[in-house]
Amino acid sequence: MSVVSAGIGTADEPAVDADPTLAGSGGTGSGPRPPRRGATRGRATPVGGRTASVLLWVYAAFALVPLLLMLSSSFRSNGDLISNPLGAPWPLSFDAYREAWTTGNFATYFGNSLLVTLGAVVLSTTVSTMAAYALARGRSRIFRWLESLFLSGLMLPIHLAILPIFYLFDGVGLVDSRMGLALLYGASGVPFSIFVLTTFFRQLPEELEEAATLDGASPWQTFWRIMVPLVRPALATVAVFRFVPIWNDFLFPLVLLRDDSKYTLPVGLTQFFGENATNYSAVFAGLVITTLPLIALFLVATRQIVAGLTAGMSK
Amino acid sequence: MNRRTGLLFVTPALALFGVFVLYPMVTAFSYAFYEWQGTARGGWAGLENFSALLTRAPFTTDLPRALLHNVLFFVGTMLVQNTIGLTVAFLLHRRARTRRALQTLYAMPYLVSPIVIGYLWTLLLSPTFGPVNTLLTKVGLESWALPWLGDPDTALWVVILVSVWQWIGFPVLLYGAALGGVPEELSEAARVDGASNLQTFRRVTLPLLVPAIGTVSVLTFIFAMEAFALPYAFGGSTGNPAGSTDFISLLFYRTAFDSGAPDAIGTSSALATLLFVVIFGGAYAATAVLRRHEKRITS
Repeated sequence: MSVVSAGIGTADEPAVDADPTLAGSGGTGSGPRPPRRGATRGRATPVGGRTASVLLWVYAAFALVPLLLMLSSSFRSNGDLISNPLGAPWPLSFDAYREAWTTGNFATYFGNSLLVTLGAVVLSTTVSTMAAYALARGRSRIFRWLESLFLSGLMLPIHLAILPIFYLFDGVGLVDSRMGLALLYGASGVPFSIFVLTTFFRQLPEELEEAATLDGASPWQTFWRIMVPLVRPALATVAVFRFVPIWNDFLFPLVLLRDDSKYTLPVGLTQFFGENATNYSAVFAGLVITTLPLIALFLVATRQIVAGLTAGMSK
Repeated sequence: MNRRTGLLFVTPALALFGVFVLYPMVTAFSYAFYEWQGTARGGWAGLENFSALLTRAPFTTDLPRALLHNVLFFVGTMLVQNTIGLTVAFLLHRRARTRRALQTLYAMPYLVSPIVIGYLWTLLLSPTFGPVNTLLTKVGLESWALPWLGDPDTALWVVILVSVWQWIGFPVLLYGAALGGVPEELSEAARVDGASNLQTFRRVTLPLLVPAIGTVSVLTFIFAMEAFALPYAFGGSTGNPAGSTDFISLLFYRTAFDSGAPDAIGTSSALATLLFVVIFGGAYAATAVLRRHEKRITS
C-alpha cells in the first residue's frame, strides 16, 4: 500500500504531515480544537475555530441534501409527492422502482451500462498495463517518443471527434453496437491509465526482473507473475477512476446507439424522462438506479477515486 | 527488456489508441476543409466552411450567443469555486480529524452523471411540484419562488450554479493538497512577525497556491468550453428556454445530427475545429503564463 501514497496519493500526504504537527503542539491540543486564547504558537489551530466547523458541516449538508431528497422521493408515490414535496418517505413504497425497472426498461439499460463499462475498463487496463511496463523499462529512444504520444491524449477533447468516429464505426459495422462503444471507451482510457501505471512501474527496483531472468523466467512470466501483482493498488486506482466517466458518458451512446434495447443508462434515462416527465416518483427511481452503482463503488473505493482525482498534482 | 519485446508489449495499446482516438482526432480537422454533400466528400473547400459560420443563419445569431454562454460559464464557475472552494479548503486545512470525511462528502455530487444532476435539479426547481419553491414559500420568501428554469434571465445561472455545486469538491481537494504542500515554517514565521491569519494567507499562502489555482483554471476552462450533458438535461439540444442555455457543443450537435443541411458535416467540423483551437490555445497560453510564474517563485 505504501506504493500508493508514494506515487499519486498526493491527497494522503497532508494527512500524514498533519499528525506529527498535531502531536507537536503539546498537551494543549486535544484533537483539532486547542484553546483559542493563548495558542500563541498556533501551529495546529484550525482557521476559524468552531464557527468555521459549523459552516463546513452546513456546506456538507448543502452538497448532500439534494441527493438525499432524490433518494427519499423515489420511495414515495407520485400523488404523495405532488401534494407534499417535502414529506417523509414512510411507509417505503417500491412501486416507483418496479415501474422504472420493468416498464421503464431500466433493467435493460442497467445491464447495457454494466457490460459496456466493465468491458471498456478491463480492456484499457489490460493493454495499458502491458504498455506502461514496456515504457517504464524500455531504454530505446522510441519508448520515450511513444510515451509522449500516449500522454498527448490526456488533454485531447475526444468528444469533438464524434463525426469521424461515427463514420469510422459506420464503415466497419460498429454503429448501434455495445462492443463498439466498449472499444471506444477502452481506447480513450489508455492515456490516463498509462500515465498512472508508468509512474508506478518506474518505482519498482529493476533487481526484481534481473533476479527473475536469472531464474529463467521469460519477459512475459516476469511481467505477469512478478510485476503485475506489485502494481495492484495502481490497477485499482486506474480501474475505479475510469469506471465513473464511462458509466456517466452521454454523447457517445446518444450518437452511436440506435436501438433502445442497447441504450446505456444516461441515454435511456433521457428517453424515459422525455416520455414520463410528470411521473415524478418513477423518474426519481430512475435517477437513483443510474447513480447507485457509483455510490456503492465510492463507498468501497474512496481512496482510489481521491487518488485518481489528484493524480498528476505532484508534477 | 529488449526493444523487440517492449514493442510487442506496447502494440495492443498503440493499436487501440491509434484507431479509436488518434485517427478520428486527426481526420476531424480534415473534414472541415472539404465540401460535403450529405456523407459524400467533395473537393477542397479551403476556409469556406469557416466563413459559413460567420455569415450564414442560424450561426450568425446562435454562435455568438452560445460562445457568450460558454464564457459566462467559465467566468461564473471560476468566481464561485475560487472564492468558496478556496475558503472551504483553507478552513478544512489542519482539521486532521474531520477533513477526510468532509472532503469525501463534498466530492459525492461529482460522481453523479451530469444527466442525472440536470434532471434532479429540474425536478427540484419545478414551479408546479418543486421542493425548492415549496421550501421558499414555507419560510416566507414567496417572492423568491420563481420559475427559475422557465425564465430566460435566470436559466443560464441555474445551469452554472448547479454545475459548480456538482464540481466544487474537486477544487477543494486540489487546493487542500496544495495547502498541505505549503511549508508550515513560512506561515509560522509570518505569524511570529505579528501577521494576522488573513495577512498570512494573503501574503504568504496565496502566492504559493498560484500553481494550483492555475491548474484548476485550465481544467475549468476546458470543462466550460466542452459543456454538453448538463445543459442538454436542462434545456434539451436547443438550449430552452429561448436559447438561453445554448452552448457551443449543443450547437455543434444540432448542426451535425439535427439540421439536415446538405453540408452539415463540413460546417459542424469547422465548428469543432474552432472549438478545439479555442480550448487548446487557451489552455496552452494559460500553462505558459503559469510556467513563468512558477519559475519566478522558485528562483
